[in-house]
Amino acid sequence: MSSELQALYQELILDHSRHPQGFGLAPDATASSHQVNPTCGDEVTLQLHVEPGSDIVTRVTWEGHGCAISQASASLFTEMAGSLTLDDLSSRIELFRTAMRSRGAIEPDEEILGDAAALGGVSKYIARVKCAMLAWVAAEHAIAQVRVDAR
Amino acid sequence: MTDTAATTQANAFSDAELAAIRADFPILSTVVNDSPLIYLDSGATSQKPVQVLDAERSFYEHDNAAVHRGAHMLAALATETFEDARATVARFVGAHDDEIVWTSNATEGINLVAYAISNASLGRGGDAARALAIGPGDEIVVTEMEHHANLLPWQELAARTGATLRFIPILDDGSLDPQSIDAVIGERTRVLAFTHVSNVLGIVNPVADLVARAKAVGALTVLDACQSAPHLALDLAALDVDFAVFSGHKMLGPTGIGVLYGRSRLLNALPPFLTGGSMITTVTMQSAEYLPAPQRFEAGTQRISQAVGLAAAIRYLEGVGLQRIADHESKLGEKLVAGLSSIAGVRVLGQQAGAHRVGLASFDVAGVHSHDVGQFLDDRGIAVRVGHHCAQPLHRRLGVTSSTRASAYLYSTEAEIDLLLAGVADATTFFGVRS
Repeated sequence: MSSELQALYQELILDHSRHPQGFGLAPDATASSHQVNPTCGDEVTLQLHVEPGSDIVTRVTWEGHGCAISQASASLFTEMAGSLTLDDLSSRIELFRTAMRSRGAIEPDEEILGDAAALGGVSKYIARVKCAMLAWVAAEHAIAQVRVDAR
Repeated sequence: MTDTAATTQANAFSDAELAAIRADFPILSTVVNDSPLIYLDSGATSQKPVQVLDAERSFYEHDNAAVHRGAHMLAALATETFEDARATVARFVGAHDDEIVWTSNATEGINLVAYAISNASLGRGGDAARALAIGPGDEIVVTEMEHHANLLPWQELAARTGATLRFIPILDDGSLDPQSIDAVIGERTRVLAFTHVSNVLGIVNPVADLVARAKAVGALTVLDACQSAPHLALDLAALDVDFAVFSGHKMLGPTGIGVLYGRSRLLNALPPFLTGGSMITTVTMQSAEYLPAPQRFEAGTQRISQAVGLAAAIRYLEGVGLQRIADHESKLGEKLVAGLSSIAGVRVLGQQAGAHRVGLASFDVAGVHSHDVGQFLDDRGIAVRVGHHCAQPLHRRLGVTSSTRASAYLYSTEAEIDLLLAGVADATTFFGVRS
């Protein structure tokens, strides 16, 4: 097996895909977004729970189906997002996207992204970047919705 | 050994013959991820032999001009070459030259028929077209296993005309429910559109039964021959369908060229779909009169070099022999299905004992997404298709959202199937199959 494939499917990623964190929708979410990857039919519905009167994300819940990368990515996002502010979360999503789109040139910053940095191997597989981004794009839409609602 | 088996055996490609075929396809010597390319995605698009590449190049080097216009030498030469290509296609499928319409691909062919019927339903095409008009109370019938290309044009036609779209369901083994064939196709059915060979299941449908039922109720038949024309000897006259479509790029030809076959009487009764240059007799500022088929459906500059390339592809296929190709693929298909079925956690979609199949099979690996299976195989240079293969309703019916598809062609080998099977088995171990 090539080292690229090993990097893509690290044990951490396979673990998250088999035992996803935050899986299962909750009735009391502040905002949610449903995203589909039309090329493969992968789906994620992601919910943000924001502390009332603040901009702090208390937790993330989600549901979906798809490949190991999309499912692990949603799980890793969930793990990272708790107790962050919306601004902080937005900037991390942008950081993650930059790394994903770099075709392997930029290693995701583990200090900032935590275990989600393990998804760095995806960026060498252009066709799979959308899989990794699915939950993060859903989160971006949910953040935008929270901000609109707060106005 | 039975006579049939003996014939098949004698008919099989020798190792030398298969090696000679493979040598005609330059791309097959590609190295992917340090492994030789194993191309098992011919159902999506086939690879091209040098004979096809040379034919297109030669056309541009020696014969290129616009066809059916202009009086110069090259224009005459190009027109003759272009029409020779049409005759080659006609002979290949047992049709007359004027029953062959060039399209961009099969998708455009089906849309052409649907929109021509739509135009007839709006009163275009005069008396001849009136019998082909449809409206509220009429029914269009498809099957549950259709590629989206043979479903969406009919959904849209039904929506535009007020007709009702119905479908023949499949059984768990992937076959069309024989009882439903009689129940769904009825007196109100005006169009029956169905695939000859499913692009997911690889199984040949009972064309004769479907056509007989459609004829009994006076419905038009539209055959999607995308997965049959490249792989079996196709005789449209014998199949007795009214329309048929297929794509050049799936049968060793270039992209951008497809074929619509239609009975001459029907093509000449239908109003045009695309209008413009080269399809008229007389044009005034108010109206136009159209040429007979096939020209009335070929507005604008045609895909000339692609038609020439497709004709070269057909000559290549005929040179090898369609029956020998079918036998080769049938052997590979059976090996594929038997091998996949014996891997724990792998389920082949649509398994019918004794079914006539082409060299194509789609499968689900329990708990492992098709994208991950495909990625794992790609690491070994094995190219397969993953996803829903443009057949979401069929996948939904079979209880999966996606599958992995391996599809062989005349240049595929048993050794390649063995490597695929080993790769799938290793993928189940790597990802840890859930049951």
